Amino acid sequence: MKYLMLVCVDPDFTPGEDDGKPDVDDWAGEMDGKGIRLMGDRTRPSSAATTVRVRNREVLVTDGPFTETKDVIAGFDVLECEDLDQAIEVASKHPMAWAGAIELRPVWPWGDE
Amino acid sequence: MSKDIAAVYADGWSRIVATMIRLTGDWSLAEECAQEAFATALRVWPESGTPDQPLAWLTTVARRTAIDRVRRAAVEREKLREVAMEPAPWTVDAEIPDDRLELMFTCCHPALNVEAQVALTLRGVAGMSTAEIARAFLVPEKTMGQRIFRAKQRIKQAGIPFRVPPGHLLPERLSAVLHVLYLLFNEGYSGAGELCREAIRIGRTLAGLMPDEPEALGLLALMLVQDARREARTGADGTLLTLDEQDRTRWDRERIDEGATLCERALRHGKAGPFQLQAAIAVCHATASGTDDTDWTQIAGLYEHLRRVAPSPVVDLNRAVAVAMASGPHAGLELVDAIDELDGYHLLHATRADLLRRAGRDDEAVDSWRRALELAPTEAERQLLSHRLAAAQRTGLRTAPPTAPQPAE
Repeated sequence: MKYLMLVCVDPDFTPGEDDGKPDVDDWAGEMDGKGIRLMGDRTRPSSAATTVRVRNREVLVTDGPFTETKDVIAGFDVLECEDLDQAIEVASKHPMAWAGAIELRPVWPWGDE
Repeated sequence: MSKDIAAVYADGWSRIVATMIRLTGDWSLAEECAQEAFATALRVWPESGTPDQPLAWLTTVARRTAIDRVRRAAVEREKLREVAMEPAPWTVDAEIPDDRLELMFTCCHPALNVEAQVALTLRGVAGMSTAEIARAFLVPEKTMGQRIFRAKQRIKQAGIPFRVPPGHLLPERLSAVLHVLYLLFNEGYSGAGELCREAIRIGRTLAGLMPDEPEALGLLALMLVQDARREARTGADGTLLTLDEQDRTRWDRERIDEGATLCERALRHGKAGPFQLQAAIAVCHATASGTDDTDWTQIAGLYEHLRRVAPSPVVDLNRAVAVAMASGPHAGLELVDAIDELDGYHLLHATRADLLRRAGRDDEAVDSWRRALELAPTEAERQLLSHRLAAAQRTGLRTAPPTAPQPAE
């Protein structure tokens, strides 16, 4: 199963000095090596975001993020996992699960019910 | 339902559903096929007689139904679906793998909310109908139907696996399963009794499937010992009776003995978890002939152990009660007053009131009974508490000066 892993910041949470959280490069190296992480990157902050809408056949472009995602999404990864348990394990090893939150969205392929 | 079929249903439903889920990976299809199998049995058995291997018979019918439905769906959609169907039908019950443990762990997966876990467990593992579950939780049948439907969808879409979790996940996942069972039991203890029965039945299955998990044994022991007191818990007029008011001859000795034996067996593993400790406490109470010969020092010690493995203010409160029984109301009051999280909990105030009464501070006791009465959640408890309040007020009057001082103008 494919999962989109949304790596999110949690503005209300300040982690302690040395909370033992893992290193992101180690994480990516391990998951790439196991063939679990298919792709992934950081995203630039919302100040670099652009929102596109088409209304009445007219393309409307606005500066900044779609309000609800403001400052929340810091990166994404696409995982190929056996099941949710494996995806949870992978997510729990990511440093942003320790400092922010990670949302696991199962990918819904075209053609599936 | 004929007697034979009912007997097979009690245990067979969850086994057939679990096996069909393993084979098809589709929860709704699995249930429909199990239903179809029992419906066929209802039609066929009265004429042909009950088969020698009823479970194998039912499983075979369920599998055929599944194969038919999947084929039909595949033809309709002109697309073949891969279904892991084993070719040969089972002929002997013993050869049918027992998939109920997988079913329980999937129903109680932490990615499902607790309400969904409870509903799925009752539907899948206990085989209760949606209408029965809805009645037990006092929600409309439609609401419960949606809840179960959404939970099944979620299992499929989120990719929740159908399996017993691997070793490193097992302790935390098992504790979720036990938690759901105990929740069911408690729901039944204060309301629909059938939930208690189902919780114990599932608990037995679980303990049978995981005989080396002491907490599974501990939970079963705890439920058995508590359930043994069910009949004695209420008076003739439906009021709740406290432990020392209950007629101990009405306790179910057989259940208590079974619970005590299980508890001992669990504790021998040397890994005393919260359910084993609670069971041990319940056994201490249930095997004493009265309040006076109850081993309160041991109970206080068990609570002390319990608050180390599972700290909670409710445990602190219970420990205070045991300490008060072992060492007097003042020691108990000191512990009660040190608890600062339970101001909205009626039993904190009821306990405090009782300890104040025993310490001879009746006026203060009246205030605490009042507060407990305000907070009590059920009618039975309100009745019990208003009796206590009335008694305390009478005692209070006797000890008050003959003419009460007039309030200052």
